[in-house]
Amino acid sequence: MTAKKEESSYVKRSDGRKFDETREMRAEVGVIKNADGSALFAFGDTVAVAAVYGPKHLHPQHLQNPQKGILRCVYDMLSFSVPERKKPGPSRRSQEISKVTEWALSSTLDLQDFPNTVVDIFITIISANASTRVAGINAASMALAHAGVPMKEMVSAVSIGKIDKTLVVDVSKEEEDYEEGESATDIPMAFLSKSGKMSLLQLDGEIRPEELKRALKMGKEACKKIYELQEKALKEKKTEEE
Amino acid sequence: MSEERKIVIPGEILASGDEFLPGDGTRKEAKDIIASRYGLAEISGRLAKIIPLSGGYIPRYGNTIIGLVTDITFNGWLVDINSPYSAFLSVMEVPRFINKNELAEFLDIGDIVACRISNVKRKSIDLSLKARGLGKLEGGITLHINSNKVPRVIGKEGSMIRQIKEATNSEVIVGQNGLIWIKGDKIENELKAKEAILFVVSKSYVEGLTEKVKEFLEKNMPKETKVKISTGEKEI
Repeated sequence: MTAKKEESSYVKRSDGRKFDETREMRAEVGVIKNADGSALFAFGDTVAVAAVYGPKHLHPQHLQNPQKGILRCVYDMLSFSVPERKKPGPSRRSQEISKVTEWALSSTLDLQDFPNTVVDIFITIISANASTRVAGINAASMALAHAGVPMKEMVSAVSIGKIDKTLVVDVSKEEEDYEEGESATDIPMAFLSKSGKMSLLQLDGEIRPEELKRALKMGKEACKKIYELQEKALKEKKTEEE
Repeated sequence: MSEERKIVIPGEILASGDEFLPGDGTRKEAKDIIASRYGLAEISGRLAKIIPLSGGYIPRYGNTIIGLVTDITFNGWLVDINSPYSAFLSVMEVPRFINKNELAEFLDIGDIVACRISNVKRKSIDLSLKARGLGKLEGGITLHINSNKVPRVIGKEGSMIRQIKEATNSEVIVGQNGLIWIKGDKIENELKAKEAILFVVSKSYVEGLTEKVKEFLEKNMPKETKVKISTGEKEI
């Protein structure tokens, strides 16, 4: 019986990737001219664009913090980003993701020198194929750096999936909808680049403790590669334009 | 001096060892100097610091800046200076008599004003007009550039901006906050000066930029003004 438990029905990924391989990633900085900082990050068909404005004076006043500046995130999926038209505007889901992104990023931000101000981040998903929140966090982290906002370190995020009993890096929509065996569990996570601390971990579904440990390890490895790409995109930008 | 500066991103180690001191945009953790923002790393002697490439203007005492009047209070004006906090210009800091009931006569909402920063506190910035060349700017054009590029536009001891001024026969005030005001004898020259400044901004990483700008100005000048440049150069 134990032997049977080990086997997973998901033995090959639908797009031919290795289990620890992300989709083709793309990172670009300075995509929005009018923003103070902006970046694009893509995992295959999942494309997120982030724009950063600020630090700027915060209104309404009751939200101001006299100790330090605050961070405000807006995550939005465009109506044409998914095969079936999404109703535009904020939803329960987008509000949750905005909040979670804000928490994932605020630990790295250092806004002591800007009391009563706000840094606004607008994350727009222009094309979605699962893992949008982690793509959004990656883009936002690059955009914050590009805007010159003081921050302790970079943030890189990736989603690990448990498809039946197999752990995979960077879940696609097809894998997310897998229904055989134990079906699919999606685990988005974010790590800080230098200290390796975790700033986001979400999980809905079922997973065994040892599997979760393994998933975290896989996530950390994948985040290192993502960080390298973020670093490359930020460093290349300067020599060509500014 | 001209050692190669490399770009660093937040969290990257600039230098390692107890002999280094953390400067602007860096922090120290154990023995490492770590970047807290995105920019060019510069290590001069023992001091490691970051020259920012982006980000808003941080007001400093003594800077000359250009601002936009946004509000009038009972004893002064609120000025938007392109930084996270707006600045205050008091009537006391104007070097001539102003009737407190007619503040709008001197500076109205929407006016552009050149001023000097006389005081920077944590959350309040005070401005002054008590220096030469400051005051309301009338006519001309204003343009907005990244405030981190201002030193390049001014050049070494003002060489770059002097060159642009002479070649285009216009008056130029460069605010440290990234606002630039240009007024020439005719609109063509103002636009030429604007183009030259934007050229400097776009090529700000290039070595020997002053020479390049000279070429740029000569190439793009209308015939008659070209003569003016050459006479201008002889005078120097």
